[in-house]
Amino acid sequence: MNIENIKKQFPIFNNKVQNNDLVYLDSANSSQKPQVVVDRIYDFYTKEFSNVGRSVHYLAVAATNLYEETRCLMQKYINAKDPNEIVFTKGATEAINLVANTFGQKFLKEGDEIILTELEHHSNYVPWHYLRRSKGVQIKFAEINSEGEISLQSIEKLISPKTKMIAITHLSNVTGAILPIKEITQLAHSKNIPILIDGCQGAPHLKLDMQEIGCDFYAISCHKMYGPTGLGILYAKKKWLETLPPYQGGGGMISEVKKDGITFGDLPNKYEAGTMATAQVIAFAESIKFLNQIGIENIEKHESELTKYGEEVLRKNNSVKLVGSPKNKGSVLSFTLDGIHAHDIATILDEDGVAIRAGHHCCQILHDKLGLSATARASLGVYNTKEDIDKLNESINKCKKIFNK
Amino acid sequence: MMDLKELYQEIILDHGKNPRNLRKTENYNKDAKGHNPLCGDKVHVYLKLDEDKKVHDISFEGQGCAISMASASIMTDLVKGKEEHEVKEIVKDFLEMIKEKDQLNNKILEDNEKTKLMCLSGVKKYPMRVKCATLSWHTLTSAIDNTQQEINSENID
Ligand SMILES: Cc1ncc(COP(=O)(O)O)c(C=O)c1O
Repeated sequence: MNIENIKKQFPIFNNKVQNNDLVYLDSANSSQKPQVVVDRIYDFYTKEFSNVGRSVHYLAVAATNLYEETRCLMQKYINAKDPNEIVFTKGATEAINLVANTFGQKFLKEGDEIILTELEHHSNYVPWHYLRRSKGVQIKFAEINSEGEISLQSIEKLISPKTKMIAITHLSNVTGAILPIKEITQLAHSKNIPILIDGCQGAPHLKLDMQEIGCDFYAISCHKMYGPTGLGILYAKKKWLETLPPYQGGGGMISEVKKDGITFGDLPNKYEAGTMATAQVIAFAESIKFLNQIGIENIEKHESELTKYGEEVLRKNNSVKLVGSPKNKGSVLSFTLDGIHAHDIATILDEDGVAIRAGHHCCQILHDKLGLSATARASLGVYNTKEDIDKLNESINKCKKIFNK
Repeated sequence: MMDLKELYQEIILDHGKNPRNLRKTENYNKDAKGHNPLCGDKVHVYLKLDEDKKVHDISFEGQGCAISMASASIMTDLVKGKEEHEVKEIVKDFLEMIKEKDQLNNKILEDNEKTKLMCLSGVKKYPMRVKCATLSWHTLTSAIDNTQQEINSENID
């Protein structure tokens, strides 16, 4: 795989950022966009725009077909059984809220238990917290081990007859730990418990096969997959989408509307109320094609080599402490620097064009557990190179110099 | 690099590393908490005002970046011994300087004290970091006014 070629497909790298070449190490937050995706949005708005699913004119039919084409591409990309198991949302956050809300409404009552992990992003905690308030359900957190991993046992320990849902991340956006989601799914199903996977960090980096994993729900964030913002995907097994009540009400999701009652539409419309992020959905097809063209296996290999290289380089730098050391690790390098706060690191790195994230990365539970108020995080994407890691390290050394370390 | 040097001046690094008054005042009679939810920085300011409303002691607890620690440290140093209305004037002057003015205009601080405070002005070139410098100051105001409300840096400008 020729990375130089891949980098060239991202127009952001053609421009200087504050007079620097951009070293973009914030892909876990959001990835950059290849030219094909940007062009697709432009072309759609300039030549093909129409709302989908509503009118019979030429452009409306064409737009509807394109919109549905993305659904089918995504179905194949994650090997879902049926295209109607793909629901478009405004982001992974909305995907998780959709499940928590509708599942909670229909199946949860006071005293029921939900298992999360200490690694969860606020997106996979706050929606469940609402149920704690509205329904009186209990939330239990599976604990990390000293490597920053979640084991099968840490979840098994918490399962009780009252457990009604397990909701866990696929890949931690802080420690990089990849969870054994297939085994955890089997465990959950052996006890008749449905499982939701927050796949925000999994989907851009790992090969996905919904039928093999077997999970009930899988939430995806398209803007982290080289796609547009304002778009996410909920994969859900058809039986759930058929059983659960609708989430939002509005146009497009109904079957018949009378003064004295309403019947709801079939899948996939049932969960896509109102005008959706049409241009983004259509442009996201280009992101999937882009990923397919490189091949997810190649991406996994490239990013895993780069992560190993990053770990090596940062371990050799004696003031750097990596956060977590999971055996099975995705392309996230979170770290602290002795005596230098993450925000100061990020500001100093930024001066060299090195874009990282500093803070708690929407994972306060984890940071509290680790006793850290903030960490610095360099996260990788398909366009990153060893030179990027070297520049990161150089800039870290500059921090040390400024702070006389 | 020039801007960075201005931001991380020796005095900032010194106060950031060894913050003055980083403790909890005994028998404090006013206090307030501040929080920056974006980065998790937290500060708790404690004040002990004596009968004639002079700052007998001021201290803070918290954790944060060099800028926020240095800012709180310098702040507590400078307002100690001042009268309550003077403290308010210094706070107002500082916040205006960080926001838009080139200099400090209050007549309360000595020139050398103003110079010290101006060391924080490097933050003006880093809009994302201004809140690091101002959180403890807003929190001090909240303590004086006894609002009993936690300052949230997202809700102030
Ligand atoms: C692990 C994880 N879950 C959820 C989210 C939220 O995703 P979105 O921005 O699509 O709502 C993110 C992204 O910040 C994430 O990293």
